[in-house]
Formats: sequence, structure tokens, C-alpha cells
Amino acid sequence: MTRIDKNPHGGGAAVTVRGLVKHFGETKALDGVDLDVREGTVMGVLGPNGAGKTTLVRILSTLTAPDAGHAVVAGYDVVRQPRQLRRVIGLTGQYASVDEKLPGWENLYLIGRLLDLSRKDARARADELLERFSLTEAAKRPAGTYSGGMRRRLDLAASMIGRPAVLYLDEPTTGLDPRTRNEVWSEVKTMVGDGVTVLLTTQYMEEAEQLATELTVVDRGKVIAGGAIDELKARVGGRTLRVRPLDPLELRPLAGMLDELGITGLATTTVDTESGDLLVPILSDEQLTAVVGAVTARGITLSSISTELPSLDEVFLSLTGHRASAPQDATPAEDREEVAV
Amino acid sequence: MSATTLPPTALQADAPITLRAHLRHTGALIRRNLLWIRQDPESMFDAILFPVIFTLLFVYVFGGSIGQSLGGGQEAYVQYVVPGLMAMMGMNMAQGVGTGFNTDFNSGVMDRFRSLPIGRGSVLFAKIAVEVMRMLIATAVLMVVGVLVGFHITNWPGLFASVGLSAIFGSALMWVFLTLGVIMKSAQSVQAMGFLVLMPLQFGSSIFAPTKSMPGWLQNFTEYNPLSSLADAARGLMVGGPVAHGLWVTLGWSLALTVVMAPIAIHKFRTKS
Repeated sequence: MTRIDKNPHGGGAAVTVRGLVKHFGETKALDGVDLDVREGTVMGVLGPNGAGKTTLVRILSTLTAPDAGHAVVAGYDVVRQPRQLRRVIGLTGQYASVDEKLPGWENLYLIGRLLDLSRKDARARADELLERFSLTEAAKRPAGTYSGGMRRRLDLAASMIGRPAVLYLDEPTTGLDPRTRNEVWSEVKTMVGDGVTVLLTTQYMEEAEQLATELTVVDRGKVIAGGAIDELKARVGGRTLRVRPLDPLELRPLAGMLDELGITGLATTTVDTESGDLLVPILSDEQLTAVVGAVTARGITLSSISTELPSLDEVFLSLTGHRASAPQDATPAEDREEVAV
Repeated sequence: MSATTLPPTALQADAPITLRAHLRHTGALIRRNLLWIRQDPESMFDAILFPVIFTLLFVYVFGGSIGQSLGGGQEAYVQYVVPGLMAMMGMNMAQGVGTGFNTDFNSGVMDRFRSLPIGRGSVLFAKIAVEVMRMLIATAVLMVVGVLVGFHITNWPGLFASVGLSAIFGSALMWVFLTLGVIMKSAQSVQAMGFLVLMPLQFGSSIFAPTKSMPGWLQNFTEYNPLSSLADAARGLMVGGPVAHGLWVTLGWSLALTVVMAPIAIHKFRTKS
């Protein structure tokens, strides 16, 4: 088989993408993408809807043919060696899915048989993976009756049947509630511990931070930034301060007050109407202290205060100077409304 | 990557997909489709009710008047229409396969199958195998109802031969509908398209009525309409009459449809973005 060059940074390259182009009519889903994923690492591909993340995953799993450029996964060319490539990859995500009408066990057994396991091995592997992903009790129920989190776990189990060398996770937690998202994250971390190379696409900086070692930021079919996740975080610099006044009526006065003080980060201050939190983008610890001081001076009582990683919008604003190009869907951000200032 | 973490399959990544592997994949997918039926027994309603309703409708509504032109009565029409309805079973099941496959295709499971190292046509072969089984069940129901309303089978080996012939034609026609199922955007459009194509074929044939009283141009059409040939061949085989013309035209159509449409269906299935 055609082996690709060893990466100078250590392990061999599990995924090498050069100048990948895919157009759908007028839409440039991918417009010359380069990407390197080293063996045994987790590469996060961060971008808004329509950035080309799913098209990238579909090309790398032989579901879509590229218009130009080339891609090599685990030593196999996606266009010239699709059959070999399919034997070493696993695919999980918003599109590749499980059969809702089949019970969980049958889903896994089917894939085992399709991957040429003997009946006995396919049965054993289905039992083993159901156990490992805590689905044994639901083994006989149709997957259509599963909760969102159970379905994603079954999806992950299905993609692990063939012990893939490279695993694609296409937005694995989009649409899940925070608790279920944590469950899926911890499963993915275990899988990474087993040595599989992962290409993860996501819309959440937080997810990338949890799972990825390196990050590639894409927008409108182009790579706009890339590197180790800590480097990128340092470049973005910002954080989001989340404060919740005890009295929800004080949300807007509080927002106005912070604006008067001139405390702003990279993005605009927003209100999370669902939780009653004010989200204040900040750049430094001094700003954090100033916010706390101002709140105390005005006598506003807070019920909670915390900081979190910058949102996709803030990452984009700091890296590119503009907002993420397409509207996001089904993200916690949709509950936020901008504060008129 | 170290040798110990390599799965057995990755070590054989270069190996071609053998015929045995093809059969194994198709078998696993047939099992999947059968489990669907077990999960959702209502999906068998059409195969069971369709032959009952059509036999009763045609025999009791049209039987008397068309039977007269056949030189008998309702009894004569039963002998005429039951073999015709057998020809229709294959066609109807074939139409359903496109609709079902389109729904399946848009569900995301197909992406998983297509990203697996399985035989190119195994998903489609499995679908056809299960649909042929459904067709055989529908045909068995048709025969039972037919006998209950007075159908006499004069040639038992001929019955099995005509069941075989309609299974061959039905599966050939399924390739057409599988192609439509892959390329068309929604299940509704597959159904509408199937209806538009099949209505004229179905009624512009010798399935329900003799073609003698039809205008000349329509008789020419029915002459080479595969559904006429299939109905005529089934009639000849089961109750006696000319067989050869119908048999050859049906086999010719079946071969032509399979040779042309099967590669197209498989290609479209593999390359749909």
C-alpha cells in the first residue's frame, strides 16, 4: 500500500489533506482545504454551519467525491483506494446514523457482519460494545425508542465495531442537553485513550477544548486558523463572564451599567433568557475584578458568577474580525438575545 | 501505528471483496429487512390485502360483463383475470420498493452502509430479495382467493413456472424503481412517477380484459407491453393456451431491464453525494 510521509512532529500522519475543493453549484463547500492530523491525536475542526465541515468528513469517508485536491487517510487515497479506506475508518455523526427500526443489539450485529466478522465474533462484539457503552439493558429495544444520548452512544459503538484506525465524529453532541453532552464526551475520551485517531467537527469551542489537542478553524470552505488548542486560545484571548442577578429585573440595568463602565471584550454583551444570565465577554482578569467591584458598588445581589470559554462568535471575531458567517442552529446560543445598548 | 492495535480487518485492507463476502453482506442486510417486517408487521398489509381486494373487485364488478365477451360468464372471467393479476403482483411490489428505498436512503443509515467495505450491490440485492419474498406471499394469497372465487388450475407445474416468471420480471422492474428511489428527492415523487408510468402499462395490457376490442394502435402497444406478455404467458401456463410469445417477450424485457438498469442503480447508489 502507498505509505505517506512521516510527520516530523512525531507520530505518522493519519490524515493528510491537500487543496481539497468541492463545489455544489455556486456554493463552494470546500475551497482549497489543507489539513494534517497526526496519529493518535484528536483534531478539532471548528466552524459554523455551512463552513464545509460535513463535506470534509463525507469526502474523507468516501461518501462524496472531491472536485480537486487529494486526501490520504491511514495511508489510503480517498479517491483511488476507497475499499481499503473503508476498512480502517469509523464514522459517527449527525448524518451517519443507526437503524431506528432495529434493536440496538441488531444494529451492532449487522455492522459486525458487514465488516466480515464471523457470526460468533459479531455476536461477541455486539455484546461487548453494548456493555461498554452502558446499553445492555436497552439491547432488545428498537433504537428509535432510545433517548438522544443513548442513540449517540449506540452510534459511537457502531463506529467502533471494526476497531478503526481513524474515527470521524461529525458534530457528535449537536442537539444534546449539557448532561448528555458530558456523557458523550467522556465516552469519546475513553476511545481516544485506546489510541484511535479522531477527526472531530464541532460548533463549540468548549467541545474542542474538552476533546481536541489541535484545532483547525474553518469558514466558508477555507481554513482560517490552525494550531495547538492552547495557542489558539491564547490568540483569541477572551473569556465569557456569566453573571446572574438574584432579581431577574436587574438584568438590563446591570447590562447598561457595565456598558457605561466600558467593559467589553470581543463580542457584544448578551442575555441568556433561558437561564437569566448576563454574558459579558472580557479580555483580562482586571475586567473581571472591575465587574465584581461595580456590581458590589451598586448593591446588586448576584446568585451566580462564572467564566467560560469564548463562543464561536468571539473566536471568529478575534481571528477574522467578522462574525461566524452562517447562523447557528440548535446551539445554546440561540437562546441568547442581544442587549440593545 | 503499532501492529497490536491494528484490527484484523485493517491487516486485510488490501484484500478484494470476495463472492463469499458479497453473499455474507447481502445475507446480513436481508436479515435487517426481515427484522423491519417483524418490527412493523403492518408493512405486510399491502402484500396480503392487495390481492384480496383486487380479485374481489374485478371478479364481482367486471366479471359478469367481460365474461360475456369471453363467451362465458363470471366463471370465464375468473379464469382470465387471476393469471393477469399474478402479473400485476410483481409490478405492484416493484413500485413499492422505490418508495421504501427512498425513505430508507434519506435516513442516514445508508451513509453508514456506504462508508463500510461491503459489496457494491449488496444493499440493493438484499432489498430485491426481500421484496421478491413479499411478492411470493402476495401471489400465494392471490391463489387462495382465486381458488375461493372459482379459479381452476389445470396445470400445476405451469403455476410454478408462471410464479417464477413473474418473480423474474418483478425483480427486473425493481431495478428501475430502485434507481428512481435513489435519484429522486422524495418518496412522494417516486410514488407519483411510478403511478404515471405504470397506470398506462397496467391498463393498456391484457391483464384485465382481452385486447381484441381495443383500437389498432393500442393493440400494437399491448402486443409488446411486458405486462401483457407476462399475463398471457401466465394464462397459457396455468389454464392452457399459447405460451411461447408471451414467455419470450417477458424474458427479453426482464433481461434488458436488468442489464441496463442494475448497473445504473448500483452506480447511482454508490455515487450519490
